[in-house]
Amino acid sequence: MMAKEIMTVNMGPQHPSTHGVLRMVIELDGEVIQKITPHIGYLHRGVEKLSEHRTYHQTLPLTDRLDYLAPMSNNLGYVLAVEKLLGIEVPERAQTVRVILAELTRLKSHLVWIACHALDIGAMTVFIYAFREREKVMELYEKISGARMTSNYFRVGGLSAEVYDGFEKDVREILDTFPGYFDMYEGLLTKNTIWLQRTVGNGVISAEDAIDYGITGPALRGSGVDWDLRRDNPYCGYEKYSFKVPVGEKCDTFDRYKVRLVEMREAVSIIRQALDSLKPGPILADAPKVCYPPKEQVYNSIEGLIHHFKIASEGFPVPEGEVYQSVEAPKGELGFYIVSDGGNKPYRMRIRPPSFVNLGAIEKMAKGSMIADLVAVIGTLDIVLGEIDR
Amino acid sequence: MAENNRAVIKLKEKFPAAIVDMKEFRDQVTITVNKQDIVAVCQFLRDSLRYNLLTDVTAVDYLGAEKRFMVVYNLYSIPNKDRLLVKAAVDENDCVIDTVSGLWNSANWLEREVYDLFGITFANHPDLRRILMTDDWVGHPLRKDYPLQGPGREPYKGRLS
Repeated sequence: MMAKEIMTVNMGPQHPSTHGVLRMVIELDGEVIQKITPHIGYLHRGVEKLSEHRTYHQTLPLTDRLDYLAPMSNNLGYVLAVEKLLGIEVPERAQTVRVILAELTRLKSHLVWIACHALDIGAMTVFIYAFREREKVMELYEKISGARMTSNYFRVGGLSAEVYDGFEKDVREILDTFPGYFDMYEGLLTKNTIWLQRTVGNGVISAEDAIDYGITGPALRGSGVDWDLRRDNPYCGYEKYSFKVPVGEKCDTFDRYKVRLVEMREAVSIIRQALDSLKPGPILADAPKVCYPPKEQVYNSIEGLIHHFKIASEGFPVPEGEVYQSVEAPKGELGFYIVSDGGNKPYRMRIRPPSFVNLGAIEKMAKGSMIADLVAVIGTLDIVLGEIDR
Repeated sequence: MAENNRAVIKLKEKFPAAIVDMKEFRDQVTITVNKQDIVAVCQFLRDSLRYNLLTDVTAVDYLGAEKRFMVVYNLYSIPNKDRLLVKAAVDENDCVIDTVSGLWNSANWLEREVYDLFGITFANHPDLRRILMTDDWVGHPLRKDYPLQGPGREPYKGRLS
């Protein structure tokens, strides 16, 4: 009989299935995982420290670079936190456009998830198809904000610009075509024997353990916890839309896959409701000291010019206090905790990243399984290292 | 008002001496407790008042204040859809607070991050190592007296000044 020997294997930071620069030191008994020690921080850029030295508007572009697969969700969380601190009301049209874009962002992020998750497990076709569809959302991003990924489109108080002519037509085209694509992905995966063998019973985590480890978002709902911030603590007018919150039963990778697929269909339904209720109106709050004035006012009135100059040169002061505002980002609960000392820069800004906390449970989910199944667990957690390392 | 909050009333009954301060701002209740009571308060909130999800652990550096650091625990109750912030002040000379990782496993990584970036030690933590910075890093970047450009470098004189 052979002596039992533990082998230590390094995985990452340069590894195609770690979704960025994640490094793990894995202790193996044969092919079975005994211990995982994740090493993160390769992408640490000090966003929280930088934000203490920038005005509130200058911090906004940094948030695009957290979860770079879902920039508008990050923008939304940040502007909502600052608006809560300021106590300003955002006009209805701006809120509705925000919801449309936040849900399109959810589609975009989940398309990358299904693409990479399937590719990691060996289903390459889905990867090619899902990236084709994602390109449609990216084109819309580019038309609306000028950038395919780092959109920086929302502003404290509303939106940076009115949507372009033909925006509604473009969104409706996405809404009409995407459900058919989702059917196609399901056709390729849901009853595929290889897919089932790789996902059913993989990465099981019970509801109690998932809450204990702080897991949020689709990964928590896959474990059967019926909780969604959009429904339970609504923000940005989400209380006006009706949508289902899918939950899983078996707490495994396959259930999390089904939850995310239903979420994509529900996102389409939310966008349709929001688009139907979209009415003309102002896109910026009536807060001249916070929001940039329209260009006609800057050129033709002294108040407009002064406000423009003040906001551009020194930003706007924010009342003393501290708030926590969270949104249901595609990966889970994304929170911004901002402490203000009354100045024009945050005294402290804490970003509560969903991926960071979700990744903390990886050893719990993968211990005792084969090393090849670890790849499926990383895929199902849907992590983004830009957000983990900040 | 913060005094009418259910959790605050129960906490006052149970731990009359532990609560230092409470306030409500923008519909959000924040309670400050003595740091030696933090584990007992968190356990009571988790077991009796169903604050079952520890969303976040972070800290704020109030450089120049009597007690320099404030550790902030962000608790959420999934059954009651209710959020509560619990804070505890930590002195720079006695920069230690008990860990809550025995109550929630999510505290493990979150407390490691606070240790890494603020230099606050969590007593009885199972695995207190740096998490974002490298193991041999000197200093704690999110402290207010840590320069933005990093130590030993000329401050940037451009737009950020």
